[in-house]
Amino acid sequence: MDILNALVVFLNFVFIPGLAYGAQLALGALGVTLIYGILRFSNFAHGDTMAFGTMVTILFTWWFQSMGISFGVLPTALLALPFGIAITAAMTLGTDRVVYRFYRKQKAAPVILVMVSLGVMFVMNGIVRLIIGVDDQNFADGGRFLISAGDFKTMTGLAEGLAIKSTQAVTVVTALVVMGLLFWFLQKTRTGKSMRAFSDNEDLALLSGINPDRVVQVTWIIAAALATIAGVLYGLDKSFKPFVYFQLLLPIFAAAIVGGLGSPIGAIAGGFVIAFSEVMVTYAWKKVVTYLVPESMAPEGLLQLMSTDYKFAVSFAILILVLIFMPTGLFKGKSV
Amino acid sequence: MTRNLALFAAVGLLFLLTGMFQSWNLALSILNISLISAIMALGVNIQWGYAGLFNTGIMGFTALGGLAVVLVSARPVAEGWAAGGSGILLGLFLGAASIALAIFAWNRLPKGGLRMAATLAIVVAGFVLFRMVFDPAVNAVEAFNPATAGNIGGLGLPATLAWPVGGLLAAGAAWAIGKIALGLRSDYLAIATLGIAEIIIAVMKNEDWLARGVKNIIDMPRPWPVPYEVSLQQSAAFVDWATRWGFAPTTASSIIVKLIYAALFLAVLLAVIWLSERALKSPWGRMMRAIRDNEVSAAAMGKDVTRRHLQVFILGSAVVGIAGAMYTSMAGQLTPGEYNPLRFTFLIWVMVIVGGSGNNWGAVLGGLLIGWLWLIVESLGPMVMGGIVAGLSEGPLKAHLIDSAQHMRLLTMGVVLLLVLRFSPRGLIPEK
Repeated sequence: MDILNALVVFLNFVFIPGLAYGAQLALGALGVTLIYGILRFSNFAHGDTMAFGTMVTILFTWWFQSMGISFGVLPTALLALPFGIAITAAMTLGTDRVVYRFYRKQKAAPVILVMVSLGVMFVMNGIVRLIIGVDDQNFADGGRFLISAGDFKTMTGLAEGLAIKSTQAVTVVTALVVMGLLFWFLQKTRTGKSMRAFSDNEDLALLSGINPDRVVQVTWIIAAALATIAGVLYGLDKSFKPFVYFQLLLPIFAAAIVGGLGSPIGAIAGGFVIAFSEVMVTYAWKKVVTYLVPESMAPEGLLQLMSTDYKFAVSFAILILVLIFMPTGLFKGKSV
Repeated sequence: MTRNLALFAAVGLLFLLTGMFQSWNLALSILNISLISAIMALGVNIQWGYAGLFNTGIMGFTALGGLAVVLVSARPVAEGWAAGGSGILLGLFLGAASIALAIFAWNRLPKGGLRMAATLAIVVAGFVLFRMVFDPAVNAVEAFNPATAGNIGGLGLPATLAWPVGGLLAAGAAWAIGKIALGLRSDYLAIATLGIAEIIIAVMKNEDWLARGVKNIIDMPRPWPVPYEVSLQQSAAFVDWATRWGFAPTTASSIIVKLIYAALFLAVLLAVIWLSERALKSPWGRMMRAIRDNEVSAAAMGKDVTRRHLQVFILGSAVVGIAGAMYTSMAGQLTPGEYNPLRFTFLIWVMVIVGGSGNNWGAVLGGLLIGWLWLIVESLGPMVMGGIVAGLSEGPLKAHLIDSAQHMRLLTMGVVLLLVLRFSPRGLIPEK
């Protein structure tokens, strides 16, 4: 029995990675859910918007690095982030003007808008591949660890180390700040309130004199910011590969639906539900259990419920369960 | 009518020009893949055009068709079967049985904590039992000669038989996914199918016992009337015939093989289109369109909308599965790594939308046209890009631009899709 070591292993391999991944998914799902709440369609281009924003940020990071600008222990990408957000926001606003606005004026069916977002996804995917290529790009710099496994061991004298990568810490802190700002904006500011009113009841909001074009524009800007931040954090934590961002669509949609499409707080909850389930189901629990049970009962197998190759199956399974048992999600989203 | 004929003639001309200016071999291989894509587009059109169902998992159904080819026609691996075949079957049966039992318990028990606990207990026990039986069997199968086998092999049956089996596999998957996601809001089906397709590909990549995963299965037998190029070249009669007409025997043999494939695919395409046209013009087709155009009033007229949707979703997916099996049959090998959603799902959507959703001939035209465009850019793109950047001095920028020509395809397809949706949403051949 060695509860402390078991706890450290759990924190190191399950809790901290899950927390960072959950924060990334939550930011992605927030973007999806906002678009859904205001514009009323599932945006299939969101994964590629993330990729686009990350790509722009990476380009700025490289430029800063070449000029010798750095951010101390923090990754340079954080300095480049505002520029990435600005360009991505310009891009989403442009897309809305050129593509989506036409269908909004026509009051096209949601499924048509979904299909249009497929076209946008194609274009953005093409642009990203054209500019930065399809390969892995690693752009994390600055300090590697907040606490490294070795330091932790000497500090506490435990057999197991707890490593906190600086990218994980940056992810969680940034995500908390962004979520706080977003909720402050939605709850306290006039524009935020008009967005919520528009999402709740479009006709009533229009009658009360809310300018729909402005609401839509602000939504796109926020969605672009959320997508870029989520993408950059994910890229810092793992690495940037355009196709992986496309595949993130599934867990992000699952998170948004689990929380309830259209509900921001639900998107955050959904992000963490999906991330922790994914990490816990694909983690091999052998080490933790070995510490917890008497030596004679130590397990022989890996105690892994599913191989990591099937991590998408986890988000999919949760998605299916939610669709069967509560189609409006945990926080009662829309089911138009 | 004349306009439609002219459109088909124009697309035919594109293939002829490719044959004349590049090579007939290339033109025919593009044609074969385009014919298969046209069948897939027909399947998607059944779902989207007849019923307004948005399926983003076409890739998964295509891959299931490919899997059927391996399971039906690949050489049997008797040792693999003996080692763990029965264990794998038993494991899969136990897994399926426990899911069925859990659903049964959920439906039959009275609401409350007991129902929840019982269902959960059945699922957990079923999972443990499944892993206990399944894992050792898989290890036994994969241990046998992993360099060349390590799988349970196929049944060694004729390859043509695999095509309908591919349709059945895809239909089964469509039934499961449709049962869950249909009847909810429209985007849920899109998201659920996106997920199931990723999972099908993940299973095919990682379950080595099934079809060797990413180690691929090669050298699968060809469907019935198609000969091998080598055996044609060895036949004296064929060489004699080819030289008499002034062809090189090697080129002639590969062209003959491709022509036979094209005839086979064309036969399937015509059969599918005939059946779908009949269905569309029948009372069933009118009912489907009525449901598509106004679900509420169709339901008020006593039509079971969800059931009809499930039916049409299964039918469309089966057609896609058949086409997927044909694709793998022609390639002669199953490579799960090549299934990419942009190529196998979204490109098919571009075909349907460009051709004209709701119109079968439109879907076929779109399949042929976009299929040609997609593949011709593969061979012409770098050349054109090379011409554009010829003036630039050698350097990393020039190399990058030439390399990136292949990505131009995605961009072009996206722009085409957006333009058609905006300016001609009914497509080249609109629904009547």
